Amino acid sequence: MTTTLTTEALTLGYGDRTIVSDLSLSLPAGKITTIVGANACGKSTLLRGMARLLTPAHGRVLLDGHDIHSMPTKQVARRLGLLPQSPIAPEGITVTELVAQGRHPHRRTFARWTAAEDEIIADALEATGVLDLADRVVDELSGGQRQRVWIALALAQQTEVLLLDEPTTFLDVCHQVEVLDLLTDLNRSRGTTIAMVLHDLNLAARYADHLVAVREGTVHAQGTAEEVLTEHHVAAVFGLDARIIEDPTTGRPMVLPLGRHHVRGLRDVSPVNRGNHHDAGKVSPAS
Amino acid sequence: MSANRTASETVRAVRLRGARRARLIVAGLAIALVALFAGSLAFGDPVYSPADVWRVLTGQFVPGASFIVGELRLPRSVLAVVAGACFGLAGVTFQTMLRNPLASPDIIGITNGANAAALFAIVVLGASGLVVSLGAVVAGVATAALIYALASSGAAVGARLILVGIGIAAMLNSVTAYLLVYANEFDLQRAMRWLNGSLNLATWDGVALVAVPFVVLAPALLLLSRRLSLLRLGEDLAAGLGVPIEPTRRLLVLVAVGLAAFATAATGPILFVAFMAGPIATRLVGHRGSPMVPSALVGALLVLAADLLGQYAFGTRYPVGVVTGALGAPFLIYLLIRTQRTGGSL
Repeated sequence: MTTTLTTEALTLGYGDRTIVSDLSLSLPAGKITTIVGANACGKSTLLRGMARLLTPAHGRVLLDGHDIHSMPTKQVARRLGLLPQSPIAPEGITVTELVAQGRHPHRRTFARWTAAEDEIIADALEATGVLDLADRVVDELSGGQRQRVWIALALAQQTEVLLLDEPTTFLDVCHQVEVLDLLTDLNRSRGTTIAMVLHDLNLAARYADHLVAVREGTVHAQGTAEEVLTEHHVAAVFGLDARIIEDPTTGRPMVLPLGRHHVRGLRDVSPVNRGNHHDAGKVSPAS
Repeated sequence: MSANRTASETVRAVRLRGARRARLIVAGLAIALVALFAGSLAFGDPVYSPADVWRVLTGQFVPGASFIVGELRLPRSVLAVVAGACFGLAGVTFQTMLRNPLASPDIIGITNGANAAALFAIVVLGASGLVVSLGAVVAGVATAALIYALASSGAAVGARLILVGIGIAAMLNSVTAYLLVYANEFDLQRAMRWLNGSLNLATWDGVALVAVPFVVLAPALLLLSRRLSLLRLGEDLAAGLGVPIEPTRRLLVLVAVGLAAFATAATGPILFVAFMAGPIATRLVGHRGSPMVPSALVGALLVLAADLLGQYAFGTRYPVGVVTGALGAPFLIYLLIRTQRTGGSL
């Protein structure tokens, strides 16, 4: 699968307020891209724009070279999926029925339900480990189970590209890792191109093939985790004084925020990734 | 496909279980409606035998029954069923689309617009019959357009539609109140009869006024019902699944308002039927599949049953709207308490 999703000089906003300006980004096909940035930097808006939920003020979003807004929306939905931040399940709906909604873009108005569709749904439930919960009501599930069910819905949609807005919000650390592992499985077994907004920098670094740091509505830096998560970039993007060390378990960069309290002599922390900026670590005070 | 047999059989079983239950309940509601309809033709003063009613329905002449059943009770019951179905469909469409049981047309001002216009026609223009009805339809649609225009810019359309609608409803109620003060004694009686929602004046013309729009609009709504059920997942997810949000919402509003306005024009506002039908139907059927058909059936049952109660259960005859109003008010309080507890949608 080589579907590409690209933005060209994309400008997005609500009313007169511009949130994302002149942003060009290409999601590497078949890879996992994580998007990080401070609150209100425009990363969620960017994701909604890429999923054609917002009409650009300027610029375009291209799915395999075609302007996403000039394509029929149902046709886009067969190739591009979106899992919004904390979606709400309709009261009383069962796991199976919810996941079955993911088949909508593939179905005609009066089409009968086929055995093949049941198999696709079963596949999605199995891949996300929620087959046991098939007849349970979604409201009654735990947060981690529910998030798996939403991912199952996205799987049932069978898209080549999947965008997720903070899929780990409200999950404890164990379930965060579980969800991200699951998405990695999906990427590796099906070749799905994934882009997700993540808050936790260390998890973003660990699970990213490609990491994008957004600041004030533009791409501040992108590349491998090692290239993007430098002390200099972290200071610029988050206004945070931090040290970067190598994660001993993965070899990926790990961000240690300094803050104003509790930090001992920094000589004990071996920096690996300070970047080549002489002013690294010297930051204007965060607001 | 890699899933093993048993997995997809599980999925199929869960899916069918829901569908089967929904079908059973719809069949039950339909049987209850037919029975109540037949009862409404036979019962009253005088009571006719089922055989007599059947003969009238098949076009044979039965002295007395042909007039009382054929000309008085039949149009009344048909009007009750069709108007009830319209109210039920309109209500459940708004409630599902806005994910809020309070979002029914009789709460967010659409019915109130029809009321004010009908009263204006009766009291100021001295009009009657079709003019009053058409005034009500036009005003209902115009009120909906106004509420939609005021509420639909930017995010959180649902919550704003409800709040703007409640505000507009209050304004329109003051117009209605003013017209009632302004009215002379004769008009006041006609105005009150209209405001109470009544089937007393049911004629075949009145039936046609609501039946024709129903035959056109109800199938349109069924066509849109899959998109409507996707809207329950929230706008972002629905849009991601390929639902064109804004056009779908406009179509749904248009069709639902049309149904509510024509029904109101034919019977006057039969309070709270639009509001109660959807939640009751969803309670019965669960959230499997479309709530449309069960809500239409519940709406029809409510109006028919309330009219029978109003006519025969008490010493005096009450208009149907008084009965549904008395039932609906406690139901509103119940729903408010329940919504607050679950914080949930319909």
